[in-house]
Amino acid sequence: MSTSPQSPPAEEEGGGGVRKPSSPRAARDDYATHVPPLRAKENPAHSRESAAARVRKRLTSTTASAIAIIIAVLWTLPTASLFLSSFRPELEIKTTGWWTMFSDPQLTLNNYREVLFSPGQGQLASYFVNSFVITVPSTVFVVVLAALAAYALAWVNFPGRDWVFLGVFALQIVPLQMALVPLLRFFSQGVTIGGYQILPAWDLPGAFAFTNVWVAHTIFGLPLGIFLLHNFISQLPTTLFEAARVDGAGHGVLFRKVVLPLTVPALVSLAIFQFLWVWNDLLVALIFAGGDVSTAPLTVRLAELAGTRGNEWQRLTAGAFVSMVIPLLVFFTLQRYFVRGLLAGSVKG
Amino acid sequence: MPKFPDPRVTIAATLSLVLLTGGCAYLSGGGGSAGADPDSPECEPYKQWQDIGGTVSIYASIRDVEAERLERAWQKFVDCTGIKIQYEGSGEFEAQVQVKVDGGNAPDIAFFPQPGLLERFAKSGDLVAAPESVQKLAEEGWSEDWLDYATFDGELYGTPLGANFKSFVWYSPTFFSENGYEVPQTWDELIELSDTIADDGVKPWCVGFESGDATGWPGTDWIENVVLRENGPDVYDQWVNHDIPFNDSKIADAFDRADTILRNPDYVNGGFGNVQSIAITSFQEGGLPILDGQCAMYLMGSFYSAQWPEGTEVAEDGDVYAFNLPPINPDQGTPVMGGGEFVGAFSDRPEVVAVREYLATAEFANSRAAEGAWFSAHKGLDLDLLEVPTDRLGAEILRDPETVFRFDGSDLMPAEVGAGTFWRGMVNWINGEDTDATLDYIENSWSS
Repeated sequence: MSTSPQSPPAEEEGGGGVRKPSSPRAARDDYATHVPPLRAKENPAHSRESAAARVRKRLTSTTASAIAIIIAVLWTLPTASLFLSSFRPELEIKTTGWWTMFSDPQLTLNNYREVLFSPGQGQLASYFVNSFVITVPSTVFVVVLAALAAYALAWVNFPGRDWVFLGVFALQIVPLQMALVPLLRFFSQGVTIGGYQILPAWDLPGAFAFTNVWVAHTIFGLPLGIFLLHNFISQLPTTLFEAARVDGAGHGVLFRKVVLPLTVPALVSLAIFQFLWVWNDLLVALIFAGGDVSTAPLTVRLAELAGTRGNEWQRLTAGAFVSMVIPLLVFFTLQRYFVRGLLAGSVKG
Repeated sequence: MPKFPDPRVTIAATLSLVLLTGGCAYLSGGGGSAGADPDSPECEPYKQWQDIGGTVSIYASIRDVEAERLERAWQKFVDCTGIKIQYEGSGEFEAQVQVKVDGGNAPDIAFFPQPGLLERFAKSGDLVAAPESVQKLAEEGWSEDWLDYATFDGELYGTPLGANFKSFVWYSPTFFSENGYEVPQTWDELIELSDTIADDGVKPWCVGFESGDATGWPGTDWIENVVLRENGPDVYDQWVNHDIPFNDSKIADAFDRADTILRNPDYVNGGFGNVQSIAITSFQEGGLPILDGQCAMYLMGSFYSAQWPEGTEVAEDGDVYAFNLPPINPDQGTPVMGGGEFVGAFSDRPEVVAVREYLATAEFANSRAAEGAWFSAHKGLDLDLLEVPTDRLGAEILRDPETVFRFDGSDLMPAEVGAGTFWRGMVNWINGEDTDATLDYIENSWSS
């Protein structure tokens, strides 16, 4: 299978710098596209190569590096100071700036102890588990369904295919806030048309109370997922599919043996996207998961951590870092796929 | 290129996930208290609510420590009656409760911190009016001033729960006695005292308006207190009901009176800087300079007692204490301003009615007060249970039959004014905008 001559162009064009995120949720991770296009040097000379090389040369100069370092420091400073603050005693946090800890170091793990282990509602541990139980299935559902849908929209011929894709594409424009009340009504009252109960209300006990959040997150995540993967999958060379068909492969085999192995970077980047989005989400969880300790994720607890009148806000310093650990781990372990997959899937020539 | 995971891996992952969720369900469902013996003497007060059973969901803006105290307060009721209470607190209460009601997922009971919100749901027909039993308990427990705020078209929809007192001026008794200052009894004495303190080289007042999305509300408390004290409750009612325009000369006078303190560079902002620093000083930190003598007085509600760092003694002769803002106009006496929550119900199942009845009793008020940092205007509240002296002072004033009480005006005005332009107007005003321009800006935003 000769895939290598075909796939680089798609990625190279991605390096050209279409920076506009295709959805608000992509904006958060937009910085990922700022990574200089490494692919450029792998390509043989083009007429615009010289321009690109000039830009590249300028960007690697000492001044540019200095500017980049300054920007990086400015960018990291708030987070770093929050991190330092999380080790300071309550009164110090509330009365002085974080920089005073260099002249008058007073360190304590009290904030972390209070956030993680204080009795009553204070424990973040069970919310941590809830966050996992909400995030992992929501991610798996979106990646699996989006991959299947994207394959069908790209390589299965059926009437109205382009219209369906256009519809999915258009759905990205609809803000999810518009769907909150109707979807909640769908869950809590079912569907009634003209006095007839078409679908009953979802009254789910125990662990299935999470189903509402899973479904909601899957619905809200699918349009972007399908769009990203469709662009990636439809770029695969036609010859590949023709060859496989000649060998007797049906759609099932094509999807499993040809499409999936070739789209791993895109799948992983979508998974990271979705994971970070669901993990950091507060709005959907507030409405569909409720604020109860049995179903609420970490973000809901974090929002309450400061107390009714915000008098315990020093806890937020430690709480923020506890909730940040997992997304950071996910991002750093999978980041090499992330940049590659993002460039390959999101930008289409 | 990495291979797509083996199907067996996928199956294993799914399986472990199912086990995980199952385990969580087991953990969360398995707990709960064993329940008390319904015939024991300690269950005596709850006799009338036994044999009902069921679960009641409560949604409110009270969260974290205060939510835990609330749950402990009704624990005995839960144990003795077998009625489960599922409590959920959220900082997004005001917006979320609307979504929940629209989505057909309304809680059984909600605690509304603004009578205006209660009225909206009462008018839309979502709330259930208080049954006779609840009404009787409410009339026994609270003054008419309070119940009026939950009565719409002659029907009582809610019963008051907690209360806070918003006419407090916090000060340091130690600082006052060391310097020979006296707690002022009239507004003129208050200004005189401020001048004396300023002459001694200390900024007499500290003020903080910053409160995240709600920045500016401490400013509205200032204006409301002055309007109420200067013009009396009738003009105050006309003002919050928009029977007189917001840019009426009486309101302008109140702004001018507040101006003599809030925008006086000799008076503010102790420990923080100049007048402009008010807008960026958070209300939580605003009063802390009192502790180290950098400012002398801070106007803030009774709930500020929770903001003092651990180890601060709140007492009449301690590190900090509060006095009732002195009267301005002798003809109007000392009407006080405060806030609180109202218990409204979206459902009329017997167990919901039982919880409503219980929350309106003196037993609940005392049980909650015993947990600390809380008081209500309930006439049956045992003041000895109140640990914090300022809470006792506030509760004492609130339930005095002579006291004229008015609810925080910005909570009664339409949300776009009371939680919008009034807040923003105060911030613009403190940053130097002209009083007339501020009043016109707020008036123009009030649609009816």
